[in-house]
Amino acid sequence: MIGSGTPLRWARTIVVSTGAAFLISGCALSEAPILYPQGPIALAQRDLLFTAFWLMMIVAIPAILFTLLFVYRYRSRHHSTAAYTPEWEGSWKIEAVVWLVPAAIIVVLGTLVWRDTHKLDPYKELASDKPPFEVQAIALDWKWLFVYPELGVASINELAFPADRPLSIKITSDTVMNSLMIPALGGQIYAMAGMRTEMNLLADGPGTFKGRNTMFSGDGFSDQHFLAHALTEADFTAWKDKLTGSPEALDAKTYLEVAKQSVANPVTYYSSVEPNLFGLILRKYAPIVGPLESEAAELICRGAA
Amino acid sequence: MLGRLTIEALPFYSWVAMGGAAVTVGGGIAAFLLITYLRAWKVLWTDWLTSVDHKKIGIMYVVLALIMLVRGFVDALMMRAQQAISLNNEGYLPPEHFEQIFSSHGTIMIFFVAMPFLTGLINLIVPQQIGARDVSFPFLNSVSLWMTAAGAALVLISLVVGKFSQAGWTGYPPYSGIEYSPGVGVDYWIWALTLSGVGTTMSGINFIVTIVKNRCPGMTYMRMPMFTWTALCISILIVFAFPALTVVALQLWLDRTLGFHFFTNGDGGNMMMFANLLWIWGHPEVYILILPAFGIFSEVVATFSRKRLFGYTSLVYATACIALLSFTVWLHHFFTMGASANVNAIFGIATMIIAVPTGVKIFDWMFTMYRGRIEFHPAMVFTIGFMVTFVIGGVTGVLLALPPADYLMHNSTFLVAHFHNMLIPGALFGYFAGLNYWFPKAFGFKLDAKWGIRSFWFWFIGFYLAFMPLYALGFMGMSRRMEHYADPNWQPFLVVAALGAVFVLCGIICIGIQLYVSTRQWGSSRDITGDPWNGRTLEWATSSPAAPYNFAVVPTVTDIDAFHEMKMRGSAYRRPERYEPIVMPKSTGLGVVLGGLSFVMGFAAVWYIWWLAALMLVLCLVCIGIRACDDTSEYVMSAAEVEAIETAWLSGITPADMHDMRDFEPRGAASGMTLSGRAL
Repeated sequence: MIGSGTPLRWARTIVVSTGAAFLISGCALSEAPILYPQGPIALAQRDLLFTAFWLMMIVAIPAILFTLLFVYRYRSRHHSTAAYTPEWEGSWKIEAVVWLVPAAIIVVLGTLVWRDTHKLDPYKELASDKPPFEVQAIALDWKWLFVYPELGVASINELAFPADRPLSIKITSDTVMNSLMIPALGGQIYAMAGMRTEMNLLADGPGTFKGRNTMFSGDGFSDQHFLAHALTEADFTAWKDKLTGSPEALDAKTYLEVAKQSVANPVTYYSSVEPNLFGLILRKYAPIVGPLESEAAELICRGAA
Repeated sequence: MLGRLTIEALPFYSWVAMGGAAVTVGGGIAAFLLITYLRAWKVLWTDWLTSVDHKKIGIMYVVLALIMLVRGFVDALMMRAQQAISLNNEGYLPPEHFEQIFSSHGTIMIFFVAMPFLTGLINLIVPQQIGARDVSFPFLNSVSLWMTAAGAALVLISLVVGKFSQAGWTGYPPYSGIEYSPGVGVDYWIWALTLSGVGTTMSGINFIVTIVKNRCPGMTYMRMPMFTWTALCISILIVFAFPALTVVALQLWLDRTLGFHFFTNGDGGNMMMFANLLWIWGHPEVYILILPAFGIFSEVVATFSRKRLFGYTSLVYATACIALLSFTVWLHHFFTMGASANVNAIFGIATMIIAVPTGVKIFDWMFTMYRGRIEFHPAMVFTIGFMVTFVIGGVTGVLLALPPADYLMHNSTFLVAHFHNMLIPGALFGYFAGLNYWFPKAFGFKLDAKWGIRSFWFWFIGFYLAFMPLYALGFMGMSRRMEHYADPNWQPFLVVAALGAVFVLCGIICIGIQLYVSTRQWGSSRDITGDPWNGRTLEWATSSPAAPYNFAVVPTVTDIDAFHEMKMRGSAYRRPERYEPIVMPKSTGLGVVLGGLSFVMGFAAVWYIWWLAALMLVLCLVCIGIRACDDTSEYVMSAAEVEAIETAWLSGITPADMHDMRDFEPRGAASGMTLSGRAL
């Protein structure tokens, strides 16, 4: 049986070992993509987080401190010198403060939320002197397929874009609900079959960032991550050449193979893509009557049969 | 004949599944043998299972909750162990098992721990707090209990026959649709939710009617104890919110079973509709779980600060505000679904507004302690632990309510940490406080305080160890529900979290020991007066355990702290001039039978044994018919019988057993000297 002193002794051991663990991983937290973002969108989102956090401390810190203080001061003991008012029912002055101060903070926060939710609307195109770089992202079991309409190429589980251009991702799913996120660049948005969502991001400069599906989608979910590369002009050209040199082509038939379930798919490049692949995948889930315009459309929308 | 049910359904395909099944079956056999050994079958049946007494039903609800808490916690421990070791490897749980475990953990903790726990405490206490003899519909109460138990039994049996859902406790389609989850798992989830949901809805109706109609003379709305107020608010929430869950579960069932297209990917289905409907239930549900705990904290903090509750009116309005606002925020569960900035901003602001009345409550409890005389009873210690920890959860909640911040934190372990931060200190600590506070009222003796305090410290430290690292991991980009991961930086945090789970395990063991030790030495901690803590509200005016009719004479109330006032005036424990006969509901086995039938019906529906499901449904209707035709469902307890019970109780109370009400004399600031007259 556990003795009465044991919890305290255990607590000490735990505090020491936890401290050690966190010292080791302290450096890990300094790499946390959400605390140290790599793009203006993520930075603005994080700053809002911080502002809100400090604003709330106006209420939270007194709440915790006064609770502990009152617990200590008014603990029951013999010959307590503290006052005791057993019939005290309330005070409108105190009530006014505890209703109005938090309400005032919420008014400030609410204003910030209204402003920033509009400013950071993921659908909003980012102001830049260069045109956005468009990528179509398709969630599959359990991988991400990225199509680059500007280049006519595609890649699986790797995303690359020119670092100096805003990244505009159009997102859909050819399976269950997914959610695309590149934490260092900014928030996420769901990928849903038959629907197109959008996310506009921007990187501070060249770099490599982790991205993943955050929405549980089945057995291969844990491995459904990819790297996003923001590349300099030279590097991007080299990357583009690597793709156009790939022997693989993503036609409708190949796509049907790609769409099948697979876990921890290796990075794959395709030098060409079925025209309007993204549109066809969207249309797959809309009710369609009669024959489709092409064999590729038939294949994608109605399957191999 | 047996639908999908074949020998393949038995768990001989993996050691994890077999272990789970063995523990479940073993637990069942052990319980059976224990009851047989104690020769308790007859007592169990006549005094408990067939009882329609709200107090016994309440106790059975709490027992169900504690059993399921152990089951749900084993899931948690397994997940923490898996994530602590699965850096770049499969750990010891393949994805298939890990997914079942996180799905059943959430389902069990929400539907079969929190819900029965709070329903049990409300059942046990609310009628006594409002001076009523029972709930309005005692038989319906019994049916509610057994429907909930039937749902819980379905979850338990899914460990033995077939598999549980792998789609998470929220069961989002299309993943939970037949195309992506073809097995029986999601069907188990649907039927467990539906059966218990029906039970919960009926409980809600029962409580509303009881509180509105059965209050004793003088108990105006603004004199109802806070716990009763929260019970009323959540009952209203239940009645409005649970139908949404029932409907959405049945729609999913239609999709899966009859090829409907409510939520499928193609053919006009729309999974966004599921998310909306689920959370139109789901967000009020959060407050259904938490408000009763707030009620308990309000009672406990006043009793153990030896002081009136500060700002009663304010607390009532805050509770009502929260209940009302809880229906206006459901969209914050999916800010990332692509709604427009206007929609997201409005729901974000609505969510933050709830923080105001919630904050007010914390401050009101704080000022209840101010100038009080705080005693560190386990219930009070849980309350203090809650107040400190809950503030952190409130802050992270508001952070998640900011749509742009939510884009970063959604689906991450930060979110997991946030809602556990609300539900463990916010709800569970409240229920534990209630358990320690009201246990004597249920059984007539006090729980051991030492083990209560120990369980608190383990839970408290365990909570911080288990969930603070998850907040940090959220910043580091870790998603929830990951069976394994590739980032070595995450592992130290996950190891600490696993250690936290071990602490919580010790906390649960302490509660077990507390119950065992207290029962062993019950004779030395008996509650003779029925008022062990010098309580303030009316439930302490009854004997412990309360007589079947609670109050021999229905009391008349003149104050919020009704019983405290009676003790101050010296009118407590008075014998009435004469006793009157009391009409009581008869025990009936129909509740258990209905629960059993609906369990078999759910099981048959899961396995597509349609003839059996239909048969059970017909039998359920027959049972209801039998009950409807029964005109002898009540009996009269004679005045002599009432007098005998009351005399046995009252004559056992000596003046030495009663609390010294002079302790409530006000004392001046600084000097601590007794003041003449009453301070404000």
